[in-house]
Amino acid sequence: MDMKNSSPRRTFFTQASAGVALLALAPGVRLVDLALARAQDEPASAAQRWGLLVDVDRCVSGCDACVSACNTEHGLGDSERPQTDAQWIRKVDLVDHNTGRQLSLPLMCQHCEEPPCVDVCPTGASFRRADGIVLVDKHTCIGCRYCMMACPYKARSFIHEDLTGQKTHAPRGKGAVESCTLCVHRVDRDESPACVEACTDAGREALVFGDINDRNDPLATQLAETTTRELRADLKLNTAVRYRGL
Amino acid sequence: MIWGDLIERGCKWLSRAMRVVVMTIALSLGTSVIEAYAEVSQPVFPSARGEQCVEPVDIMRRDHFEFLKHQRDKTVREGIRTPRHSLAGCIDCHADKDAQGRFVPVNAKGQFCQSCHVYAAVKIDCFSCHAARPSERVSQSP
Ligand code: SF4
Ligand code: SF4
Repeated sequence: MDMKNSSPRRTFFTQASAGVALLALAPGVRLVDLALARAQDEPASAAQRWGLLVDVDRCVSGCDACVSACNTEHGLGDSERPQTDAQWIRKVDLVDHNTGRQLSLPLMCQHCEEPPCVDVCPTGASFRRADGIVLVDKHTCIGCRYCMMACPYKARSFIHEDLTGQKTHAPRGKGAVESCTLCVHRVDRDESPACVEACTDAGREALVFGDINDRNDPLATQLAETTTRELRADLKLNTAVRYRGL
Repeated sequence: MIWGDLIERGCKWLSRAMRVVVMTIALSLGTSVIEAYAEVSQPVFPSARGEQCVEPVDIMRRDHFEFLKHQRDKTVREGIRTPRHSLAGCIDCHADKDAQGRFVPVNAKGQFCQSCHVYAAVKIDCFSCHAARPSERVSQSP
């Protein structure tokens, strides 16, 4: 399964009734169903655990390719009130005052295996999908923001005002909490998250996406062969986002 | 007791007086109200693209929300993205284009979702979060 080179795909309205699911756009027209790791009608499975590796040594201060790609992908941040815009990824710059070493890294939902946001949610809106992606079901979210308080990484945002111009694949609205979905809509069609693609396109390759459970996956290999760490490992949340060079 | 009787009689008189007032108003407006009522006709909306709906029309009319809700849980919770009962699928077929060839939101006045929901007096909440036009991918197709 090649995560990085998947071609853009289009769904046509006529296909819903024709029963044909998806077609790839020319050139190289093909039936995508044949290439999908998981059939469209198959639920996400615990056989996979999707994760991210952030190579801090490759990330640079001032670059926000991942943040902009995320904003564009999900239609975030185009209101006139940047103070209250949702942030699914934030760039954090760190300085070690003893040595003067400077670091820059993206911080997003860490897709915890033991997510505090899910523990505290009174409605079951916060949940962890079988393949490890932590999401908010906005149909059930009541906007109480307990999860925002519980998240040690401040990964979640609350939508304060009416939104317009949402994307079909990223429904969002006032009164619900949201956070990084690991681009679940892209993952479900075998593509990597928008941030990972953007980082690679920017020539930095500081982000690696993949399946932690698959020993042959580039991500799993890197996790096995190099030293990486969880942020706030002391909390024992077993995060799916790992950092190297930190 | 006497006070009680008086109050009761007063109330009866008041309610009779009110009825007279209401009747008078109703009579003066009556004809136009009845006419307006008679004018409520079946909703009219643009016809859909595609050959046929994913379910028989009479079933869809009554139960479309059951399908949507079932699919919504499957998609959000389990990642099942079959197009058959997806809201995006409905919009892809039912969104109309304006004179300039641009898609009109399905919840705009006179459009597919809105016209029936106005007729049935049921508020649609989908489109405070969901896109009411087809996705960019579909918009590019003829
Ligand atoms: S990082 Fe925060 S929002 Fe994400 S799973 Fe963990 S607790 Fe929940
Ligand atoms: S804001 Fe929504 S997702 Fe968060 S805890 Fe409350 S109901 Fe759950």
